[in-house]
Amino acid sequence: MFRRSEQDKRPPVQIFVDGVVVAAREGDTVSAALLASGQDARRSTAVSGAPRLPYCMMGVCFDCLVTIDGVGNRQGCLVPVAEGMQIEIQKGKREIGR
Amino acid sequence: MSVAPKREDYDVVVIGAGPAGLAAAATSAEAGLSTLLLDENAGPGGQVFRAISSTPVTDRSQLGADYWVGAELVQSLRASTAEVIHRATVWSLDRNLDIAVSIGGASAFVKAKRVILATGALERPFAIPGWTLPGVMTAGAAQTMLKSSGLVPDGRTAIAGQGPLLWLLAAQILRLGGRIDRILDTTERGNYLAALPHAFAFLTSPYFTKGLSMMREVKAKVEVVSGVTELAAAGEGQLAGVSYVAGGKRETIAVDLLLLHQGVVPNVNLAMSAGIEHRWDDLQLCWSPVLDANGSSSVAGIAIAGDGAGIGGANAAVVRGRIAARAAVEALAPAAAAKLPALATLRRDLAKAERGRVFLDTLFRPAPQFRIPSGDTIVCRCEEVTANDVLESVAIGATGPNQLKAYRRTGMGPCQGRLCGLTVTELMAQARGKTPQEIGYYRLRAPVKPITLAELAAVPKTEEDVKAVVRG
Repeated sequence: MFRRSEQDKRPPVQIFVDGVVVAAREGDTVSAALLASGQDARRSTAVSGAPRLPYCMMGVCFDCLVTIDGVGNRQGCLVPVAEGMQIEIQKGKREIGR
Repeated sequence: MSVAPKREDYDVVVIGAGPAGLAAAATSAEAGLSTLLLDENAGPGGQVFRAISSTPVTDRSQLGADYWVGAELVQSLRASTAEVIHRATVWSLDRNLDIAVSIGGASAFVKAKRVILATGALERPFAIPGWTLPGVMTAGAAQTMLKSSGLVPDGRTAIAGQGPLLWLLAAQILRLGGRIDRILDTTERGNYLAALPHAFAFLTSPYFTKGLSMMREVKAKVEVVSGVTELAAAGEGQLAGVSYVAGGKRETIAVDLLLLHQGVVPNVNLAMSAGIEHRWDDLQLCWSPVLDANGSSSVAGIAIAGDGAGIGGANAAVVRGRIAARAAVEALAPAAAAKLPALATLRRDLAKAERGRVFLDTLFRPAPQFRIPSGDTIVCRCEEVTANDVLESVAIGATGPNQLKAYRRTGMGPCQGRLCGLTVTELMAQARGKTPQEIGYYRLRAPVKPITLAELAAVPKTEEDVKAVVRG
């Protein structure tokens, strides 16, 4: 859906999405890195299980909810990537205790 | 990285580091007031100057001169003594000017003598069939990715809607070598006529020549369909196509990405939760706070600047930020106000920045069918409530948005009405034959952004707080 501009010279950052290595760039948000990765990053909703991807990318729609380093329901569009970050695509509700 | 505020009390706390917040914080700090600027994003700029200090799009002509104005604002802020905290989500503001802010998973509390809300705008809900499908996003979302990560659409892409941002985004995508297959312009034909009486102010504003050259730049490269009266996204679990009606003719095109935009509206959540009076704006079709000429709200000590005060654009936001900060300085340190630009000068700057706005508001007033959905189109994305669900609730007695919560949970999901509130108000108003002002809006309360119970439980408690809830 999206590709990176050639003029982007930011250093690479390695993150893991459901255990798979994804190459992100320093300054990417988690959601931007997921959308740029070409991987299936669709979460499913808590209410009906419908698939969703980020909609607003500015912190208001909550369709980017994702589990980051073991913590569920994080807004992926507001969290910058960090080296070694573990992302899990959240299916349904946040689980109790994470 | 996550640093709590250095003090418990500040003269001025500014919330939001977009154009208004950057200007307000710098002005207040330059005048010697202790100033804290809290912002939810990783860096300064808000939406319009997003990633201004970190964008990988370094060729300045691509994002345009209007974007790079933001760099000067950030420079002035950094040269000042203002304390700035990013990735700080304000989740509560009350009438006592007590502020709760979540930073790095822990909450801090600060008290201000004056608060300047610069929480800006968000894109108007665009509830068409299929707008929740993966692959449908807002134009602003694409622009955010373009500015902060140099990402451009590379699959089959359509942009639908209307307004200045739509054309700016299209121009920027093309300059970066991205792909746009079609632009579906939903501007109502009748709007051109309605806007005509306001054309003179617009023709003599800077928007005119900039806007015209941008539209030419885009139209030279992309097929533009104007007069679009119906829009629907379709696909099974993923966007596959968009169908539209223009000039009475229906057409369907296969796309991977659909970007929607029909203007921006004030982001009212924090202001409303603080109890600030808002009124329905019949021209901009949204809730705007009731403010005096300095931006002061109905709650003593809280001012609103920028697009949160009513949509005026980035240039107006900067001036409104300075005016609000100047009023704070006059109240708290009158002697220091003499060093700041005179109020008359600022008012002149504001009038100049707002020139042509009525024309834009009239021309780009979204059509009713794109604001008030019908049938099984989803209204509330979080709770997955459709237009029919809302109408059925009205039929059995729901009178307004707050009653509707009990019937359908609209507005009770994590977005707290940001993506459905305006739609619900207008839909219920139409169904009940009332004005949006009469129908009203969700009663918003803290926390205006979800925080975990663990974070709440970790909040420092006084002995009195504990006694209030412990038995025996």
